[in-house]
Amino acid sequence: MIAAGELTLNGSDLEGTLAFLGGPYSNHLALRAVLEDVRRRGARRIFCLGDLGGFGPNPGKVFPLLEEFGVITIAGNYDLALAARMAECGCGYTHPSDNRFAQLSYDYTNRRTTDAEREWLGKLPTAIRFRREGRRYLLCHGSPRRTNEFLWESASSDVFLSRLARDAGADQVLCTHTGIHWQRSLPDGSRFVNVGAVGRPANDGRPAVWYALLPAGGHVAELVAVSYDHDSLAREMEEERLPAEFAETIRTGWWTTCLEILPAKERSRGKF
Amino acid sequence: MRQAVAIPLRAPTAPKVPFLSLDTVWFQVAGTLCNLSCNHCFISCSPTHHAHEIMTRAEVRPYLDEAAMLGVKDFYFTGGEPFLNRELLEILEDTLRIAPATVLTNATLITKARADDLARLSAGSRYSLEARVSLDGLTPETNDPIRGEGSFEAALLGLRELARAGFHPIITATQTWGDGEDGQLRQRFHGFLTDLGLGRPRLKILPLFRIGREAERTHGYAPAERLTEEHMRGFDPWNLQCSTSRMVTSRGVYVCPILIDSPGARMGATLRDTMRPFPLAHGPCHTCWATGASCRN
Repeated sequence: MIAAGELTLNGSDLEGTLAFLGGPYSNHLALRAVLEDVRRRGARRIFCLGDLGGFGPNPGKVFPLLEEFGVITIAGNYDLALAARMAECGCGYTHPSDNRFAQLSYDYTNRRTTDAEREWLGKLPTAIRFRREGRRYLLCHGSPRRTNEFLWESASSDVFLSRLARDAGADQVLCTHTGIHWQRSLPDGSRFVNVGAVGRPANDGRPAVWYALLPAGGHVAELVAVSYDHDSLAREMEEERLPAEFAETIRTGWWTTCLEILPAKERSRGKF
Repeated sequence: MRQAVAIPLRAPTAPKVPFLSLDTVWFQVAGTLCNLSCNHCFISCSPTHHAHEIMTRAEVRPYLDEAAMLGVKDFYFTGGEPFLNRELLEILEDTLRIAPATVLTNATLITKARADDLARLSAGSRYSLEARVSLDGLTPETNDPIRGEGSFEAALLGLRELARAGFHPIITATQTWGDGEDGQLRQRFHGFLTDLGLGRPRLKILPLFRIGREAERTHGYAPAERLTEEHMRGFDPWNLQCSTSRMVTSRGVYVCPILIDSPGARMGATLRDTMRPFPLAHGPCHTCWATGASCRN
């Protein structure tokens, strides 16, 4: 549950252009490309909604990038699991084949995470709040109530999302965890933005990755696709002997693993 | 399987599961009426079992509205066989305006026209419509002794229609085999479904609940197979579906889909009545705790 570890921010720069990045999953090449895109667009603050590791190669390469670009980061389930030296990622998958691939990437990431990195991850807030143009913003990893809850577009009813926002005391919620971006304005005036993921393409047949940008003063997110040198990343994954299925996803933009958790509509849009 | 916990000599009072959130609402939309009479059915459904009746669209509607007011996340429809309910498509249409829906069916009554109707409903909603199909073997020889003569071939016809109409049904099998065979059987199921033309086969294995007709097929729960406070220490109640869901039948609102024939499981007439803790006093509660089972997808 998200309760402890909330961070409240203030400052006039929060009214300006803001960028929100979902799970980097150790994809340091995509993360750099996204951060450079964010800088070009003049974002005043950059937020990362957690899950720094998993899926990609050499997890240590993500941390210096977050520092270099001054990214304000909250903890995802992966980060909490690594900090607590847990045996599994706590992603919340329920199917054995999803869990098998999740475990491969967690074991790899866990082996390559240093004590200093674990300590840093353990200090991350689990949610961030601020006000912007009179609206109460809440940034979280999965959902406002559970770090590892999946909020898929086709599986989340309006009335459910409204309740989550109301219970959390928020008018605008930004989250990630699923890896597929979407946003919805709800009948009660609140808004959910799932910012997608920087570390893995969106199961749409394009190798590009996605993040969310809020224009100065605005509440409607622009969901931005960024291309990067995905072939180099796929080669690095192969050198690290990560599953061939993961590299295939990076090259093709189609998810090949952890598919069982997808609801019908999201599953139908993919190739596998 | 979890490690066994020592059971005290005197039966203690059952621990209570807190009610955390009304995320999922189930409908026993066909009551306990089914065109099949599977021998492991935990609520003994059959063509003549009227413990719970088929629900009309008018009966379902107020619960949909109440659930919406309470911020429900998703709905599930089961029976019995939901396609025995002549208003099922209209009920699903009402539902998909509010939230995602899953239909649990044996697929034996899914015709081309019905599959097309479901596809139209699915395409017309922003929310997912999932079809979940029960099957208990990969051949008539293994499936039909459990589910009934001819049920295998009839289910395959229905499955093919669903696949043709663009669905990726979730196949649900009840674990009537030993733990050791699990991995191999999953692989065989996967291969079988792919060969059948289900491009993206999804498989869900459910544990046996030793009540209803299953208690007669094998045996019921031993008195020691009950949960105690000890079992619940350090256990996250989110992992039990009764902390976040309820089941509506023609007779009222029940704690979960498994216990609708069990004493004390009816919690009230409206959903709001039932948003309170429930004593985990039944054998199946132990199964959910021990296996991590959930009736959700």
